[in-house]
This record gives sequence, C-alpha cells and structure tokens, in this order.
Amino acid sequence: MRITCPYCGTRDLREFSYRGAASDLERPDAEAPPEEWHAYLHLRDNPAGVTRDLWYHEMGCASWLVVTRNTVTHEILACDLARDVALKAREAKR
Amino acid sequence: MRFSAWQVLKEGLTGNRGWGAHWRDPEPKPAYDVIIIGGGGHGLATAYYLAKEHGITNVAVLEKGYIGGGNVGRNTTIVRANYGLPGNSEFYSHSLKLWEGLEADLNYNVMHSQRGIINLFHSDGARDAAARRGNAMINQGDDAVLLDREGVRAMLPFLDYDNIRFPVYGGLYHARGGTARHDAVAWGFARGADRRGVDLIQNCEVTGIDIEQGRVTGVQTTRGAIKAKKVAMVAAGRSGQVAAMAGMRLPIESHILQAFVTEGLKPCLDTVVTFGMGHFYISQSDKGGLVFGGDLDFYASYAARGNLPQAEHVMEAAMTLMPMIGKARVLRSWGGIMDMSPDGSPIIDTTHIDGLFLNCGWCYGGFKAVPGSGHVTAHLIATGRPHAAATKYRLDRFATGIGLMDEEGTGSQHNLH
Ligand SMILES: Cc1cc2nc3c(=O)[nH]c(=O)nc-3n(C[C@H](O)[C@H](O)[C@H](O)COP(=O)(O)OP(=O)(O)OC[C@H]3O[C@@H](n4cnc5c(N)ncnc54)[C@H](O)[C@@H]3O)c2cc1C
Ligand SMILES: [Zn+2]
Repeated sequence: MRITCPYCGTRDLREFSYRGAASDLERPDAEAPPEEWHAYLHLRDNPAGVTRDLWYHEMGCASWLVVTRNTVTHEILACDLARDVALKAREAKR
Repeated sequence: MRFSAWQVLKEGLTGNRGWGAHWRDPEPKPAYDVIIIGGGGHGLATAYYLAKEHGITNVAVLEKGYIGGGNVGRNTTIVRANYGLPGNSEFYSHSLKLWEGLEADLNYNVMHSQRGIINLFHSDGARDAAARRGNAMINQGDDAVLLDREGVRAMLPFLDYDNIRFPVYGGLYHARGGTARHDAVAWGFARGADRRGVDLIQNCEVTGIDIEQGRVTGVQTTRGAIKAKKVAMVAAGRSGQVAAMAGMRLPIESHILQAFVTEGLKPCLDTVVTFGMGHFYISQSDKGGLVFGGDLDFYASYAARGNLPQAEHVMEAAMTLMPMIGKARVLRSWGGIMDMSPDGSPIIDTTHIDGLFLNCGWCYGGFKAVPGSGHVTAHLIATGRPHAAATKYRLDRFATGIGLMDEEGTGSQHNLH
C-alpha cells in the first residue's frame, strides 16, 4: 500500500500511522446524549469494501489525511486533507 | 467410527480403505431449533456443546465457505491461560481445562501439546508486571513461574541476552501453555457435533436475518430461507456484516494479522516464546517449521493478506531476539481477519432482539478460547443466562463504561490493541 499525500506525493506506508474510521471527525456536541457519544467512540460500520479512514503523515508533512480505500483489495482511491474534509462538512451543516 | 491405536493398525494392514468422511454433508432442513452463523472454531464448538451438554441437537451450523477455512485454520495455534484481569482470568482458565480433556472428549487427536510458554521481559518494571501477572494466574488456580535471566538461558540458550536495547532480564513461564493443531481442532469439533446430530452446512452464506416483532425467526441464505427459534452470530472477522443484517452496529473493527512459517528444521525450539517488547512470538510446529508472527498491520482490512512493512518489522524482531533465525528461510506467510474490540476483550451476550445471540471480539487471541467459548455460548443459548466463567463479556460495557477489560492498559479505544 502506498498513499498519495496531497502535499508530499506518493509515499511508502511506513511513513503513515493509522487512526481509524473517518467518522472520528464527526464529533458530537458536548451536550449530545450518551448514546450519540457511545456510537461515536465505539460503534463502527466496519465495511468490507470502500471505506474512509484517518491517517497521519507522521514521517512526512504531519498532516491528518482522509484516505478513501478498499478494505478488501487494499486499493487506495483518494486522499484528502482532513482539514478540508472537516471544513466542508461544517459548511454543509450551516 | 471410533479412532484408536487398534483402528490405525487395522487400517494400516488392510490398505486404509475403511476411513470414511468425518462428517455428513446434509441438505439444509426447513427449520431448526438453533442456527449458528459461522463454521469456525467458535461456531463448531458452540454446536458441539449444545448437543453434548444441553441435549439440543436440532442445530445447524451455516458456513459460507468450508469448515476450517477461516481464522481457525489460519492462526499460530497458541493455547494459554495467562490473563491478568477478572473476567478474562476465569474464562481462559475454564477454556484451558477443557483443552486438557479435549482429545479424550472428542476422540480426536488435536495434537494439543503443553510445551510451555515463556513471556520475556527486559526491564525491572516489566519484571514487576510479570510477577504481578504470575500471581494473578496462581490466584486463579493456574500455573506460573518467574524465571530469572539464567533460568531463561537454561531453556533458551540461543537468545541474544545482551542486546543493547532489549537485554533479557527473565521470563514468566506458564508450563501448561502450548500449542495445538488448529485444523484438527475444527475437524474434531465438527465431527463431534455431526455425530450428535448437528447439521454442518458448508457453502451456505447467510445473507439476511429475519426478525418479527423484536424476535428472530430465521435466516436467509444462498441455499434458501431457513427458520430457527434461536440464532447465534459467531462470524469472527465478519461479525460486522452479519450483525448489520440484524440492524446492529458493533463496537468492532476488522484488522489484518499476519503470520509466517519457515522451512522445516530439526527440533530447536521446544517451547513457545513471546517477545512482547518487539511484538514478536515464535514456536516450532511438529513438522519442524518455525511459526511466528507479530502485531496487526494496524489498519482496517478484509484482505486476508498483509503488507510488507509489518513483515519487515516481524523479521527485524526475530533477528533481534534470536539471531540464529537468520539462517532459516521463510516458506510462506498469510493473514487473517481479526474482530478487534475497543478494550481487546471478547463479547458473548444476548442482544436486544429476542433469540439472537452474539459471540465476537476475539481480537488475535481467539484460538485458545475455542473450547471455552463454545461451552459458555452453548450455555447462554440453552439457558438464557451467562455461564459462571463468562459473566463479564457484556456487550453494553462500552456504552456504560462498567466492566471494561483492557489487559494491556492502553485504553478502551479502537486501534489501541
Ligand atoms: C495469523 C493469526 C494468528 C493467530 N494466532 C493465534 C494464537 O496463536 N492463539 C490464539 O488463541 N488465537 C490466535 N489467532 C486468533 C484466532 O485464530 C481467532 O480469534 C479465532 O479463530 C476466531 O474464531 P473462529 O475460529 O470462530 O473464526 P473463523 O474460523 O474465522 O470462523 C468464522 C466463520 O464464519 C464464516 N462466516 C462469516 N460470514 C458468514 C456468513 N454471512 N454466513 C455464513 N458464514 C459466515 C466464515 O467463513 C468463517 O469460517 C490468530 C489469528 C490469526 C489470523
Ligand atoms: Zn504529507
């Protein structure tokens, strides 16, 4: 697996560390009910197929990235800056 | 047929023409009392103990592939009871006791070999932690011996004792730990269940779970609809997909774990060794291959094969610990899909749907659990109450935060175990 960082280009897997599902970006409000926090912290769609997850370009530009990839074939389909993804989601909510 | 030395002799002298299939290949019936989704170690053992301990024999195990094709045939076969936390301690102790009587019980040679396990440590702090774990094991009624450096050297003279980063300080020795032949465990439970009347239905993928008014009524499969009063989801790495058929989201992420085996060598390693600091462990199979592995690749995956960085990491750890391994050639490597839970401990529970049960979250340690898990899951299905050895494997512990079992002490969060 090689990941194409928007800043650094196509780089070896060893430079990145994995965080988990990109739903980590969708943090509930502090006042949200416990069920919502439980779902955010623990429950996962865990798809066999296309997924979006968060990676950190630790040995590169230190950006957080949202990687779209296939969990069955290990194919990498897209890679965006997590910052852009989060800002876009915030815009869409307004 | 009962297997015995006499039978082997007789078949040997008569051209081995009498050995039959170990289980039937039945067509699915329209309805069962209990359906078990997943014909891995846990599903087969659950069916076996349902029949044996509870007399429930109108049972089908539905397997989408073939018996033994999942993780039960892909693991590195280590069997142990060296857990430290209440909940895990009594469960793995229960499972190990079942292992010790398993071959006689199943009339099947699963090659269970109590060759012992040494968990190495490399600092004073780690020695304290090992002593504490050993005491927890002894309190549970299991065995543990704290070995000093010379004690380890007497058993494993070939380790690099003076490695600058990881000098060997000693090890925690668990003599009743060891290995077993993984396929034989699947086959033995399959044969035992089949002989008691359980239908093992292979090439039968469950594609839907039927629920009416909060009660499970059956399943949809690639071989048609089958009705059932009770359904157990025992699909290991595929638990997320199966639970989704019942509208459930699980606290599970599926990850890839790799393993490696060398060419067959003369006997050189007669115990299991774990090098936790290097994320490495090794044993020698009865065929002579050194069987070893390390950590997860650490990204969600269903590929059943890993990437090279983790392979490199494992080889480096191997060379750090026992440089002699550099002379062996790696023959093959493979991967399996692990159902990782946030706290690293499993789930065996009822669900909010009547008659629907859940067994998952085995992470990378579910092989040793096979007899225990089957035994307590059968108890839960038959009686509706958790077995005394598995009262803490509740599904709601993540929602409530009560009763989390984080053996590693790293936190109850995905991607930390
Ligand atoms: C490389 C590796 C090393 C390991 N080493 C060890 C070890 O040393 N010690 C240890 O204790 N554990 C070890 N494990 C962990 C252990 O193998 C697993 O935790 C355990 O085997 C999982 O339970 P199982 O046997 O029931 O799983 P599986 O054998 O995977 O059974 C699940 C079954 O469900 C079937 N299934 C899935 N979806 C469906 C569906 N929709 N319909 C019908 N059937 C379905 C699958 O085909 C599969 O056969 C290791 C695992 C791996 C991959
Ligand atoms: Zn980068």
